[in-house]
Amino acid sequence: MKISETWLREWVDPDLDSVALAHRLTMLGLEVDSVEPVAAELSAVVVGKVLEIIRHPNADRLSVCTVDAGQEQPLSIVCGASNVQVGEHYPLALIGATLPGGLTIRRSKLRGEVSEGMLCSGTELGIGETEEGILALGDAATPGTSITTALDLDDCIIDIDLTPNRADCFCVLGVARDVAASEQLAFTEPEFAAIVPEIDTGYPVELLPEAGCPRFCGRVIEAIDPQAETPLWLRERLRRSGVRSISPVVDVTNFVMLELGQPMHGYDLSKLSGKLVTRRAAADEELVLLDGQTVKLDPEVLVIADANGAVAMAGIMGGLKTAVDEQTTTVFLESAFFTPDTIAGRARRVGLHTDAAVRFERGVDPLNQARAVERATALLMEIAGGKPGPLVEVSLEDEIPVAAPVLLRRQRLADVLGVEIAPAEVRALLAGLQLSITETPDGWSVKAPSARFDLAIEADLIEEVVRLYGYESIPSIQGVSRTTLGTVTESEVSLQRLRATLVSRGYQEAITYSFVAKKIDAVFSQGGTALELSNPISSELSVMRRSLWPGLIAALKRNLSRQHNRVRLFETGIRFITEHSEIIEENVISGLLFGTALPEQWGTESRPVDLFDIKSDLQGLFELTGAGHEFDFIAATHPSLRPGRTIQVNRGGTNIGWLGELHPALVKKLDLVAAPFLFELAMKPLIVAKLTSFTPISRFPAVRRDIAVIVSNDVQVRDIEMAVRDVAGEMLRDTVIFDIFSGKNIEIGSKSVALGLILQKTSRTLTDIDVDEIMHAIITRLGHDFNATIRE
Amino acid sequence: MLDVEELISRACSAIDACQDLVDLDAIRVRFLGKKGELTEQLKQLGSLSAEQRPAAGQMINQAKQQVQEALQARREVLDEQKLMQELAAGAVDVTLPGRGQDCGGLHPVTRTRERIEGIFSAAGFSVSAGPEIEDEEHNFTALNIPENHPARAMHDTFYFPTGRLLRTHTSPVQIREMTKHGAPIRLIAPGRVYRCDSDQTHTPMFHQVEGLVVDRGVSFSNLKAVLHDFVERFFERKAELRFRPSYFPFTEPSAEVDVLSESDCWLEILGCGMVHPNVLSHVGIDPEEFTGYAFGMGIERLAMLRYGVDDLRLFFDNDLHFLRQFR
Repeated sequence: MKISETWLREWVDPDLDSVALAHRLTMLGLEVDSVEPVAAELSAVVVGKVLEIIRHPNADRLSVCTVDAGQEQPLSIVCGASNVQVGEHYPLALIGATLPGGLTIRRSKLRGEVSEGMLCSGTELGIGETEEGILALGDAATPGTSITTALDLDDCIIDIDLTPNRADCFCVLGVARDVAASEQLAFTEPEFAAIVPEIDTGYPVELLPEAGCPRFCGRVIEAIDPQAETPLWLRERLRRSGVRSISPVVDVTNFVMLELGQPMHGYDLSKLSGKLVTRRAAADEELVLLDGQTVKLDPEVLVIADANGAVAMAGIMGGLKTAVDEQTTTVFLESAFFTPDTIAGRARRVGLHTDAAVRFERGVDPLNQARAVERATALLMEIAGGKPGPLVEVSLEDEIPVAAPVLLRRQRLADVLGVEIAPAEVRALLAGLQLSITETPDGWSVKAPSARFDLAIEADLIEEVVRLYGYESIPSIQGVSRTTLGTVTESEVSLQRLRATLVSRGYQEAITYSFVAKKIDAVFSQGGTALELSNPISSELSVMRRSLWPGLIAALKRNLSRQHNRVRLFETGIRFITEHSEIIEENVISGLLFGTALPEQWGTESRPVDLFDIKSDLQGLFELTGAGHEFDFIAATHPSLRPGRTIQVNRGGTNIGWLGELHPALVKKLDLVAAPFLFELAMKPLIVAKLTSFTPISRFPAVRRDIAVIVSNDVQVRDIEMAVRDVAGEMLRDTVIFDIFSGKNIEIGSKSVALGLILQKTSRTLTDIDVDEIMHAIITRLGHDFNATIRE
Repeated sequence: MLDVEELISRACSAIDACQDLVDLDAIRVRFLGKKGELTEQLKQLGSLSAEQRPAAGQMINQAKQQVQEALQARREVLDEQKLMQELAAGAVDVTLPGRGQDCGGLHPVTRTRERIEGIFSAAGFSVSAGPEIEDEEHNFTALNIPENHPARAMHDTFYFPTGRLLRTHTSPVQIREMTKHGAPIRLIAPGRVYRCDSDQTHTPMFHQVEGLVVDRGVSFSNLKAVLHDFVERFFERKAELRFRPSYFPFTEPSAEVDVLSESDCWLEILGCGMVHPNVLSHVGIDPEEFTGYAFGMGIERLAMLRYGVDDLRLFFDNDLHFLRQFR
C-alpha cells in the first residue's frame, strides 16, 4: 500500500525524518518496501498566471502568452498546449530551470517570438500525470509561488507491504494510529460533524439476515454539479496512493477509503429502481461491471440488487449500468460492512483484484460506515455542491461482530517472551493503541477498538506488547537442552555415503524439477499415467516425474549446448508413482554418464564410457551395504533402454532398478549426438546394510591359477563363475576375469574367457596335488556345462 | 722377496681407475681370487723359513685386507654413481597433470542443507521428512490457515485435480511430527517445496528447512538465541541479527529475521515465531503446558548469501560451469 508521508504527518507527526519514519514502520511490522520522493527537485519552477493569449504570428499551433510569474513585469511565454486559458494558473519553468527529463530552459526565440520560460505539463515535471496539455493548477495558487510549495511536492511515497493480519493499516488512519502508539504521541480518532440534511430523500435498503452484510449506510445527494472537477490537491493525494482520478464522486469515495479504510461506492440514483437488497446471486445471473467486463455470478457471490437485478458485486466492484457518469446529478453513496467470509476469494475467482475487495476480505472496521458517509458527503459538497439527504443506515445489530474482552496474564506474557516487562509499561503500551484496559488479579482485561478486530486472543495481545516494546529489546537466552544421544545407524547406508561414493567417481550432483513435460514423462515410463497438475506453470512442467531420467537428460542437453562434452550427473529425489490410485513418493538415486570414460589426459588411451563403467560405479555403491553379493545384474529389456545393453538390477531376487544405454530411437527423438548411459535405483531396498561379521584371515599362502576357456558367445560369464564357485567351494577366495577375446584362432561364434582363480585354505597350505585336482574338476565341469574347451 | 708394497700400489691404482662394477670384480679376482696375485703370494709362504713365515703372513694378510677395503670403498662409490645415473634417467616432468578419474561434487543446495542439518543435529534436533504431495489439512488448516484465509491466496499453490497439492512450505512436517510424537519435540525438516511462481527471483520449486521446538518453558528469547547462534555458525563469523515483527498464521508473535551483511545492509534470511496456540491445540498439545518456537528458511537463499550466487535460477539449471564451482 502506498501512502503519502505528508498525509500521514497531518494525522500524526513524529519527530523523525523520512528514513527514520520508514524504519519505525518496518520495526512495527509494517514493512516498508520503498520510500520515494514524489517529485525530483524543481528549482526555478513557479506558479504562473496567464494574463493574455495572442496567436503566434508565424505558427498556427503556438500561442504567445503574457504570464504573471510574481515578478515586476509579466513574462512572454510561447506555448504549444491547446488547453491554455486566460486566468488559469500553470507551472512555469523560468530561465535556468532544469526539468527532471534533463531539459534546461533558456531564453529562446520560437519562430521569431521571444519565450522567457515554459509552461509545463505534469509529465514534464515528473509527477506522472499523462493527461494532455499543461497542468492547470486552479485558483488557489499565487503567481510566483514555487511549484514545490504550491503542489506540496516536498513529500515521499511510502510503500508498505502489509501482512494479512493488519487490515486496520490499509488506510492513513490505521497507520497513524500505530505510529502514535509506537512514538507515544497523543492520538484522537477523527470526528466529522454530521451533515444537516437539506432534503428528505432517502433510499430504501433491505438487508437479508445472514447474507454477510450486517450494516449498510448511505446518503442521497441531489443537484451536484456534473461539470465539477476534482481539485488538484485531492487528485495529488490519490495519485500518490497509486489511484487514478476519475470523477469527483469516484475520487471522493476513493479518498475516504484511503483515509479511513472504508471502501465506498456511488450510484447514479436516477438509474436505480426499487429498493436495494443484499442477496446471493441467482443462478446464471450476470453483471456488467464498471470496467466493462461481463461476469457470470455464482451463488456464493453477494450482490447488491435493485428491482432490475444485480447492480454491484458487493464489496468488489459496482455495475456499469448504475454507475455515475458525466450527466449524473443525483448520487446515492454506499458505505457498507461486508463480512470477510462473504468477500474472500470472490474477486479472484473472476480475475479481479480491487482495492475494495482486498480491504473487505481482510476485514474493515464494522463501526466505521456512517463516519465514512459523513466525510464523503462533506468532501463531495465542497467540490460539486448538491443537497444532502438524511443519513441512511440499516443494520442487523446481532450480526455485527462485537469485540469481547481478552485476558492477558502477566505470567503468560513473561513465559512466552522470556523476559518480564514492568506492568506499568505493558499497560502504557496497550493504552497507546487505544485499547481499554482493566486490571485483573493476574493481569489485564483488554478491549480492542472495533478497527482492531484482529486482537481476539491472548497471543494477539502478547504480540502487540512485544511489537511496541521492540523485538530488539528481548534478550537472547539460551534454552535448556535435553541431552539425548544421537543415532548413527549401520543398518542403512547413509545418503551422504552414497553421494560421496558417486562424487569420488566423478559424478556431479544435479537437482532437477520434480515436474516434467507430459510427453517426456510418457517416453520414460512403462505405461500408466502420470500425476498431472491442475495449474502447471507451463506445459514443460506439467506432470510429476515418474523417473529422474527426463530431468537428467534435459540437464545433459543443456550442458552439451554449453560446450561440455563429458557429463556425469547424479540426483537423489522422489519419483511419483500411482499404484491402485494411491500416490507413492518413492526415493530414488539416478545417474547419467556421457562422453569419455576418463577426462582427456596424456598417457591414457581415450575411449567412450560404456555399460561396464556405469556397472562398476553401481558395484561401488552396492559394496557399501556390506552385502554386494546380494545384488544381481540380469540381462533384460526396458522400453527406454537399448536392447542387449540393458541390465535389470535385483537384490535378493527383487527388482530394485535399471541401468543401460539410452535406446537409439530415443537418442534420435531427443536429438542427442550419442547415447548416454543411465541408471535409476530405488533407495529403500538399496540402502539396507548388513553388519560386518569378521572372518578369520588365513595364515596360509594363496595360490593363483589362470585358465582360458573357449565357449560359445551366448554363455554368460556369470554362469561360468558360478560353476567354478560351485566346484571349488570354500577353497575359492576370489576369481578375476582378466581377458575376453574373440577373433584370431577362435572359432566364429565363440569367445575365450580368461579366468584367474585364487585358491586358499584356512586350515593348511594347499599342495600342488590339491590344486591340480580342483583345476581338473573345474575344467571337467565347464566342459560338461558349457561345452568349454581349454585354450592352449 | 715379495714386493707387497708394489702389489698394493698396483691394486689400488687399478681400483681407483675402475669405472664399472664388472671391471671392479675382475680386479678383485685378479688380486684376491683363487689364482689372484695375493693368493699366489700366500701359497708361497710355505717356502719361507719358520722365522720368516709369521711376519710375511701377517704382511700379506694386511695387504689383502687393504685391497679388500679399497675394493669395498670403490664399490660403494660406483654403486652410488650407478644409482645416480638411474635416478637421472628415471626423472619425470613432475608438472605433468595427474591421471585418472577426476572428482565430482555436491550440489550447493545439498551442501548447504547438510551443513544446516549438521549444525542443528549437534544440538539434539532430529531431522524429519514428510510427503511432498500434501493435503489442505496439513499444508493449511492445521497451520491455522483456514479456507478463505488471505494467506492461502498468497501461497501460489500447485493443485492436483483431486484437491491434493504440492506442499508450499515444510511446515506440514511440524504437524505430522507433533501429531505422531506429541511434545516435547525438537526437530528440523528440510525438503523441496513448490510455489506456482516463476521469474527472476522465484523458481516453481525450491528448498526450505523448517525448525520446531516445543517444550515446557520455551520462550521468544530462546528463539532469538538459537537463531543468532545458528547464523553465526552458518556464516562462520560474528553476525548482527534484526528481528522485526511480521505475520505467519501459525506463529504468534512472528518475526522476520535480517542479518547485517558485510557491506552493511540488512538481508532477510528467515521467518520465525512462537508456535500459535491454535496449532498446538489442533495436534492435541496443551498450549498452557507447552510453548514452542518454529522457524523456516530458504536453503537457496542461504546458499546465495554464503557463496555470493546472484541468480536463483542457476540452482536448477545444472550447468556444469556452475556446479563444478562446488566440489
